[in-house]
Amino acid sequence: MTRREPADPPASAQPALLARGTLADRGELLGGLMLAPALAYVALLAGIPFLLAIALSFSDATAGSLRFGWAGLRNYAAILSDPVFRRALWNTIVVTVGSQALVIVLATAAAQVFRASFPGKRVARFVLLLPWAVPVSLAAIAWEWIFDSTFSVINWTLKAAGLLHGWLYWLGEPTLALLAVIIVQAWRIFPFATVIVLAGLTSIPQEILEAATVDGAGFWRRLFQIELPLLLPVTSVAVLFGTVYTATDLGVVYVLTGGGPANSTHVLPTLAFQRGILGADLGQGAAIAVFLLPLLLVVAILMLRLARHTEVGVR
Amino acid sequence: MTRRTLRRLLGRATLYAAAAALTAFAGFPFYWMLVTAFKQNRDLYVGASDLRHVPWVFNQSPTLDHVRLLLHGTEFPHWILNTLLIVAVVIAVTVALAVPAGYSLARLAGRWGERLGIAIFLTYLIPPTLLFIPFSRLVSLLGLQNSWGSLILIYPTLTIPFCTWLVMGFMRSVPWDIEEQAMIDGYSRLAVILKVVPRLIVPGILSVVVFAFTLVMQEFVYALTFISSVEKMTVSLGVPIALVRGDVYHWGALMAAALVTSVPIAIVYNLFLDRFIESFTMGAVKG
Amino acid sequence: MASVEIRNLRKKFGSVWAVDGVDLTIRDGEFLVLLGPSGCGKTTLLRSIAGLERPSAGEILIGGQRVDEDVPPRHRGIAMVFQSYALYPHRTVFENIAFPLRAAHAPRRNIEEKVRWAAGVFGISAYLDRYPRQLSGGERQRVALCRALVRDPKVLLLDEPLANLDAKLRNTARDELKRFQRQIGTTTVYVTHDQIEAMGLGDRVAIMDRGKVRQLGTPQRVYEDPDDTFVATFVGQPPMNLLRLCDGAGPPGTLLGFRPEHFLPRAVLRAAEDARSFRFHVRRVEYLGSDRYLYGTLPDQCDPSPTFIAKLPATIGTPVLEGEAYEFAVPVRALCYFDSTSGLRRRG
Repeated sequence: MTRREPADPPASAQPALLARGTLADRGELLGGLMLAPALAYVALLAGIPFLLAIALSFSDATAGSLRFGWAGLRNYAAILSDPVFRRALWNTIVVTVGSQALVIVLATAAAQVFRASFPGKRVARFVLLLPWAVPVSLAAIAWEWIFDSTFSVINWTLKAAGLLHGWLYWLGEPTLALLAVIIVQAWRIFPFATVIVLAGLTSIPQEILEAATVDGAGFWRRLFQIELPLLLPVTSVAVLFGTVYTATDLGVVYVLTGGGPANSTHVLPTLAFQRGILGADLGQGAAIAVFLLPLLLVVAILMLRLARHTEVGVR
Repeated sequence: MTRRTLRRLLGRATLYAAAAALTAFAGFPFYWMLVTAFKQNRDLYVGASDLRHVPWVFNQSPTLDHVRLLLHGTEFPHWILNTLLIVAVVIAVTVALAVPAGYSLARLAGRWGERLGIAIFLTYLIPPTLLFIPFSRLVSLLGLQNSWGSLILIYPTLTIPFCTWLVMGFMRSVPWDIEEQAMIDGYSRLAVILKVVPRLIVPGILSVVVFAFTLVMQEFVYALTFISSVEKMTVSLGVPIALVRGDVYHWGALMAAALVTSVPIAIVYNLFLDRFIESFTMGAVKG
Repeated sequence: MASVEIRNLRKKFGSVWAVDGVDLTIRDGEFLVLLGPSGCGKTTLLRSIAGLERPSAGEILIGGQRVDEDVPPRHRGIAMVFQSYALYPHRTVFENIAFPLRAAHAPRRNIEEKVRWAAGVFGISAYLDRYPRQLSGGERQRVALCRALVRDPKVLLLDEPLANLDAKLRNTARDELKRFQRQIGTTTVYVTHDQIEAMGLGDRVAIMDRGKVRQLGTPQRVYEDPDDTFVATFVGQPPMNLLRLCDGAGPPGTLLGFRPEHFLPRAVLRAAEDARSFRFHVRRVEYLGSDRYLYGTLPDQCDPSPTFIAKLPATIGTPVLEGEAYEFAVPVRALCYFDSTSGLRRRG
């Protein structure tokens, strides 16, 4: 198909030889060299401990000695028959699902609010983001004070409003304590989710929404039939991160309740810490922590699918 | 008044109410920190069942006693210094490792760069609560128990994955043509990386510094696991663990510490928010 | 100065062949334009010559020497101007132009002298101390060109260098570019999707589609004598009309092509002119000042549905009404025949 024009005769005088590339021109080589240190660091100090975590869960290792004996499934048998563990597993699920449900509602609402412009928006946005930036442990200690059994400002306010007649022992009663944990986790995650949803919202082309308005769609129809479906990938990202942050978090429960009262509010990370570090039973601690793995696996797979399908996302 | 304007007003009112409610929920603990930190004890420790005493406001004049106690009577200033020291080292390690790696993934790694990038990012999802048990073994093998060395060794495993991803995303948003032009104008790849790229990548490095800073400031699990002496603690560990003396909670000083620590982090974090969000969404949002 | 020779060049991105077997010789001192729709592989071809892409197969020779295997861009003796101009934003115009000389470790006094001389040639001496952001689009383009030419490249590569200029400026910039190139006589490869630029600038034009060169020739040749239906319809505005001939009217599967400006009222042609006549049913008349475009159908053909276009210059005042049918004709010398399955030209 290509017709070649008659070529010129090759240059008769042989020109000076062009210089070849040196090592400094080899992009792949340089790329490898620049990547290797980070890769090695992560592989050595995250990859190997990760495998070690699984290995330890099958061992009778303790913190006192460096012995490492095969224990088979003994650790798993022990924790599975342990009501405290089963309670912790259940609590982890309840706290994660409960807080993320709250997060979805709060973040969707907040994104709608913060899309509009109103006086004082910059300040409001800064305040909204405070919970996400503050160190978990410091936030938890503030909440512990808010939920204090004697001085709880929540109780005072409820009583002053006439809504409460008895007394709420927030951190002293298992159900209330769990509710407190859910509130704190939702409080901590929703600002982050809001910003992500907001980013998704602003990337929906304005014309699509305007077209819907011209087509006669009201606020709710626009929200449920256009915006929320288009926001699904972004919201999923926010929820996936939120799930990981919540389910694997140790700080909130550790500071707020320490797992109490009577081990009723433990989640997997705090129980793993209690058994593995405080109790020096590394094997059992590792086995407890390993129960976080299925969750992480699911999240990782969903993340990958989202990353691959970004073209169906918001554009 | 027409129905239309009425609806408009109603919408506006709903918007303000929602904005106020959400902001109040987010900001309330910080307001509480502020009030507590400057209240006199007489004003602070009044049981919540006493409805005549309104805890939301200062009933007595504010005081600096708690702040004074925090700065002079506790290890808090030490913890700040400890934290800053650890932060500085971790930032140095992170920048040295993550910036070249992120650049490499964006520019040099070709088709497997994408996959490797995602793989590195996924390690960010491996939580400290899964790794602290094997790390405790590793730390005792290395003899780093109760030393900053353990944190300096481990914190980069938190910062490097995300920061690599951050730099990669940043470099992808920078057009290639300046670098290619320099190669055509006579530079080798290496010369481009050494002489041209540093200028281009500065904003990326800045966000790496900020992210590493906030991550280290926020970290609690590893510090709790490996640091046992009060004088070696970081802020986020010392305040909730060691400011509580026995059963006596100095709530005023505690809240002052929480406030003093979190507000600067929040301010810095806010400045770089948009870039972090871009990285978190992994391209699911294209702005 | 040097020629560039490309032999059976192929480049794969993922599962797509961006460049799919290109043979091309660019003569010494020639201005060659690569023209094609976006995604046709023209930029990839240019970047392969520059050394920014490594070809999957094939050879590239600059001045008779293989460069595709291991000669990095900086040693190929080329210069390139990007669509964005890629000026170093933190360097002054002087430093931008001096950059290639400094990179080549030219003596300091030489640099000063050469930059000032080149800036004079391009009329940008007044801006040497400014930064790129302080320049207009046209000035930036000249700085980029100046930087490209300051170290006497053997081959100059241009990637849509006029695309970022506004329409008014583009005409003068085109004229200037051609003048500079004539003056210095550097072998030039120019990528564009704009056929007016291509026709106006190129000594020869290579028309590319889906990774292949469909035709290579002078602007006049590719316009008047297209090798296939792609070239025929891509070059020319409005594009060439293609008529599927009824069976019996010619060899089976024949497409008859004629340019809109050759499709004229029969009465306008000389009576002696050997011409092919059609009944043309005019649906719509578009008045464009210098021309009239007539849109309509050929009701006597076996497929009367496709739309055909006639382009009447203002010099032809024949009244034409919408909804009426007229006798139109095309001079036989202006007819092209194509094979309808392969799209290739049938000659003879």
